[in-house]
Amino acid sequence: MSGRSIAPTTRWLLRSNSALVIAFLYAPIILLAVYSFSGSRIPGEWGGFTTEWYARLFDDSRIQKTIGVSVRVALVSTVIATVLGTMSALALERFKFRGRRVFDALLYLPIIIPDVTMAVMMLMFFTQAFDLVDLLFGLGLSKGFATIVVSHVAFNIAFVSVVVRARIAGMDATLEQAAADLYANRWQAFRYVTLPLIAPGVLGGALLAITLSLDDVVVTQFVAGPGSTTLPVYVFSLIRKGVTPTINAVSVIMLLASLTLVAGSVALQRAQAVRGRTNSE
Amino acid sequence: MTVLPDADALETALGEAERRGEVAERRRGLLLALPSFAYMVLFFAVPLVIVLVYSFATRTSSGSTALSDWNLEAYRKLGEPIVRNVVIRSVVLALITTVLCLVIAYPFAYFCATRSATVRNLLLVAVMIPFWTNFLVRNYAWRLLLSSGGPISSFTESIGLGPTEILFTKTAVVIGLVYAYLPFMILPLFASIDRLDWRLVEASRDLYASGPASFRKVVLPLTMPGVIAGSILVFVPSMGAYVTPELLGGGKETLLGSYIVTQFLTARNWPVGASLSFVLMAVMLVSTIIYFRAGGKNL
Repeated sequence: MSGRSIAPTTRWLLRSNSALVIAFLYAPIILLAVYSFSGSRIPGEWGGFTTEWYARLFDDSRIQKTIGVSVRVALVSTVIATVLGTMSALALERFKFRGRRVFDALLYLPIIIPDVTMAVMMLMFFTQAFDLVDLLFGLGLSKGFATIVVSHVAFNIAFVSVVVRARIAGMDATLEQAAADLYANRWQAFRYVTLPLIAPGVLGGALLAITLSLDDVVVTQFVAGPGSTTLPVYVFSLIRKGVTPTINAVSVIMLLASLTLVAGSVALQRAQAVRGRTNSE
Repeated sequence: MTVLPDADALETALGEAERRGEVAERRRGLLLALPSFAYMVLFFAVPLVIVLVYSFATRTSSGSTALSDWNLEAYRKLGEPIVRNVVIRSVVLALITTVLCLVIAYPFAYFCATRSATVRNLLLVAVMIPFWTNFLVRNYAWRLLLSSGGPISSFTESIGLGPTEILFTKTAVVIGLVYAYLPFMILPLFASIDRLDWRLVEASRDLYASGPASFRKVVLPLTMPGVIAGSILVFVPSMGAYVTPELLGGGKETLLGSYIVTQFLTARNWPVGASLSFVLMAVMLVSTIIYFRAGGKNL
């Protein structure tokens, strides 16, 4: 490879830059976790070890409620987005149909669109739609759980579809044909051949969708109702008022949730890589 | 008359069957795509069109929007000094963020690409983990670190530099943005450096190019697609950033994302907010086209 011709100073600089990058990426997260156990009332000051702030979370009914909303939104939107995203991935990779190109382009937009634009779109849409429903049926709908789920699905279908498509593209199409030659009907071929093969991609897509749903602040802030707010939106409003030791503790819990999901996806990729290796041997 | 069908008829019959099979196949594809297609049209394309329509509408004195008097007023407003300053400020901040990310990420990506497979994978996973962790929490961590009396300030005070007052300045926003989007720069850069044909570098050294010269004339041009892709991936979200400037900039100097949100939630000027969102999206679309042209899709 390379590296042989690199001068010692350059090599040293490269090495220390890389160490600094890793430190830069991890120090804030680690310090946050450390300070969440600090006994001081001032959030950035060390005042002895305590778990008081975590204990307080269990008594905070507002936080409990928003955690509940977040989890329910994430689960419902992930299930819907995973099913719809997988279906569109299969359709786009395996079939030709009228409107395919338009659909393909439409599925790229949510990935590149800025959060703020997406938020504005959803807010305007629901305002208009609710006015229309009120006019036609006299139903006074309001923003809340359903509008959050609908918005999260709207951006997550695209992400799931991209991940699953990557998996299908790397898959051997002749396996499905072999199943058909062996008199499997379409459903059987899908159930016993295609689905097990794309399963890691589907799972990976679902993990991404759940992460994005739990992460989202901007879109949710626009479409949440007064009664139903997700944890990130609530925490965001708290942080704007100022930092508190309780926010440190909530943040660490959110951090742990996302780290669990990352660990899941890394383990998934590893399992995939191992299976790929044993298959090729 | 023959009892057996002639060859021509047989061929047409077969062609017909094949055509029918193809039609059935197309129908199946459409059927499979239909639920999400319909969903995306209703909950994405229609909202997009609504934003476009609103950007041509008029704001009435009461703050509501009149959908009758169509004009380009909202777009003309974008040229006014207040909005123009917000746009310029956002562009400058996004550019600074992009350049800083590039300067930090290039050596890191180069270092990664020249390691053994194990070290390289470890480093890449190490970059990916913060990228997957909660965005809000990552921004909050910096708010905590930079707060007055916080860790960084007490550190600089203890070594005799006096307390630092970075929070709620442009510097804090740039730090937050670099922190948030650095992985977006590292990954495409790594992909392009990893694919570099090192024989070309060796050839240049054989032809007596110095280390820096061979970097400038061989390595850098060959990894340009990665540089372009990474820059777009950092610049685009930095332009539309909302959470980071709100938390670290303290809302003192409005950036594009915050300005749009204000137009909707407090100023109640939907047409201006809509036109700005649309301009922002146009910037993203153009950048994406450049990204694909630069081969970003293959990275």
